[in-house]
Amino acid sequence: MADSTDTAPATAGAGLRRPALFGTLRWDAVVGALLVVLLGISFSTVDGFGNALNISFLIGNTLPVAAIALPMTMLVASGEIDLSVGSTVGLSGAVMGALWNHGMNINAIIVICALLGLVCGLINALLVTKLGLPSLAVTIGTMALYRGVAQIVLGSNSVTDFPQNYLDFGSGRLGGSFLPTAVLPWLVLAALAVVVLHATGFGRSVFAVGASAEAAWFAGVRVKRVKLSLFVTTGLVSSLTGVFWVLHYASATYSNATGLELSVVAAVLLGGVDFDGGRGTLGGAIAGVFLLGTLQNVMSLADVSAQSQTVVTGVLLTVSVLGPRVARQLLPSTR
Amino acid sequence: MRKATSFAALAAGGLLAVSMSACGGATKSSTDKAASSAPAATQSGSADPSAPIKKGLTVGFLPKQVNNPYFNISDAGGNTALTSLGESYKEVGTTSATDTAGQVSYVNTLMQQHVSAIAVSAQDPGALCTSLKQAMSAGIKVVTYDSDTDPGCRQAFVSQASSEDLGRSEVDLLGKELNYTGQIAILSAAQTATNQNAWIGFMQDELKKPQFANMKLVKIAYGNDDAQMSFQQTQGLLQQYPDLKGIISPTTVGIKAAAQYLDGSQYKGKVLLTGLGTPNDMRSYVQDGTVKAFELWDPGKLGQLAAYTAVALASGQITGAQGQSFTAGPMGNFTIGAQGVITLGAPTVFDSSNISQFNF
Repeated sequence: MADSTDTAPATAGAGLRRPALFGTLRWDAVVGALLVVLLGISFSTVDGFGNALNISFLIGNTLPVAAIALPMTMLVASGEIDLSVGSTVGLSGAVMGALWNHGMNINAIIVICALLGLVCGLINALLVTKLGLPSLAVTIGTMALYRGVAQIVLGSNSVTDFPQNYLDFGSGRLGGSFLPTAVLPWLVLAALAVVVLHATGFGRSVFAVGASAEAAWFAGVRVKRVKLSLFVTTGLVSSLTGVFWVLHYASATYSNATGLELSVVAAVLLGGVDFDGGRGTLGGAIAGVFLLGTLQNVMSLADVSAQSQTVVTGVLLTVSVLGPRVARQLLPSTR
Repeated sequence: MRKATSFAALAAGGLLAVSMSACGGATKSSTDKAASSAPAATQSGSADPSAPIKKGLTVGFLPKQVNNPYFNISDAGGNTALTSLGESYKEVGTTSATDTAGQVSYVNTLMQQHVSAIAVSAQDPGALCTSLKQAMSAGIKVVTYDSDTDPGCRQAFVSQASSEDLGRSEVDLLGKELNYTGQIAILSAAQTATNQNAWIGFMQDELKKPQFANMKLVKIAYGNDDAQMSFQQTQGLLQQYPDLKGIISPTTVGIKAAAQYLDGSQYKGKVLLTGLGTPNDMRSYVQDGTVKAFELWDPGKLGQLAAYTAVALASGQITGAQGQSFTAGPMGNFTIGAQGVITLGAPTVFDSSNISQFNF
């Protein structure tokens, strides 16, 4: 990679340039601006958009993607990917439903689901780091594997009778405001993720690994350990999202969150995180998540058919892969 | 760096901690008690059977999947009924039949668009509940059709035919064709499909009757209402069970794919197929002898009845309580059964003698 020099294979925090910066035009800023413009248009012109119920709904529905996008951004920035996240969400929900049917305490179940997520992440991590397999292939495999296990665990059952106060947490709002209750833990998680990725040595080593694993290794970064911790974190966040999913939709089935991995990857790429690794920002990824979520909400309200919505989303994603590259071409001096 | 790694762990732990601190401990048995003591969340207010039909109503149809031939017909029926009453019709929905999050979104969309009533075919009995309850508390009437939600999440359910009728009659149909002997299999839709599972339950029960002593159900396969997967599952069934004599496919996608496979295979005419299909899908297979008979209700009538029910609810003629009755235009009078269920009627059997009379 020609431009790997600006991604600073550093260990400790010497005052190095942040990798994703390139000149004044940054793709993540473009996506953020697009989100603001879309919100502005929607608030002023789309009937039924700008009320607390709809906004809380939009945010609540987008939270699963928004949560998993945080570790996914780091994974993609490190040059890896995890396509098993949707299945981990489903498996976590299936286990939650099955254990609940067995009469286990709900808090104990949530802890078990969290541990399960760690295991799912660890399996991916070990296959990638110990065996050196490409994560795209590994996680396509575990995507099928985890979904299959979910189907075995819960079968065709659909479990809905979780305790009401937990369901209220999953789908309730903060005192009639536009914020869903569950946005609070997400905000904590997002803040921590931003600090870790953009203000710590670990974050810099993530980008260094993504830009060039070899260079990073020579510079003293423990490449495998970085990747392992990212996969494990992704597994954990996915399984907790699985718990949230069940509570939010009051439904545990083995097919929960089918296809969620594509929404997550799409949003992360739309947010300007480079698929080849080495660059990207969490701000961009989060903007990407909410841009797609808002667009979907608005198009539905405006009676755009589901088929046309798929086309619009597809075009947007193609542009998002092209956009950052074109932007870089236009500003070669700032690379 | 180790310090930073623990940051990430802490971040993830934060989500866990907050989600757990939201409430105290609870187990299934402790909440079951609470649930049974809570009043049933249904019908409030009283019905006025002679209330005039309100004008200017909009009924939003939310099928399991848009661009699905079956729901195209049912929703067109809804459109016909609403147009005849001078009301407005609209249809929204997801392109995938397993996108529950998407379907929940559309309930919200319809609520924001202030429709008078929602007619929905639920992808999942539980997932829609929260948003449908929100819609009902906003004064929107909710009718489920084809696939029900939990009864507390809608005012009425328009059922295509009783699950019992459908399940038992499909077994009877195949039993007659096979002289009540041989191995049979079921090719269903998704493993979670509410309808199919209810029907299969009654099929299994029917098979316990003495006249079916020599018929054995060897396998229930799932084709996920996907043509290719159903095709492959049929192929798999016949390879796995060479002595298989009959297949019941209680799904329009499944029966068509199975018929397609049988038609092009050595098993044509030897392995009998029945189930639920549409006359247009199955016409050529009935005519060439691959399939002798199959059954279905008229999905167009189902959609019509859903529309009439929605209008009756929105006009205050019914509230969804058992025993209330209303007139569904030219379809006649319907009475609401237990748990708000309105049944369309017995299924129609299609064979070479009558299939040419139907076009849907």
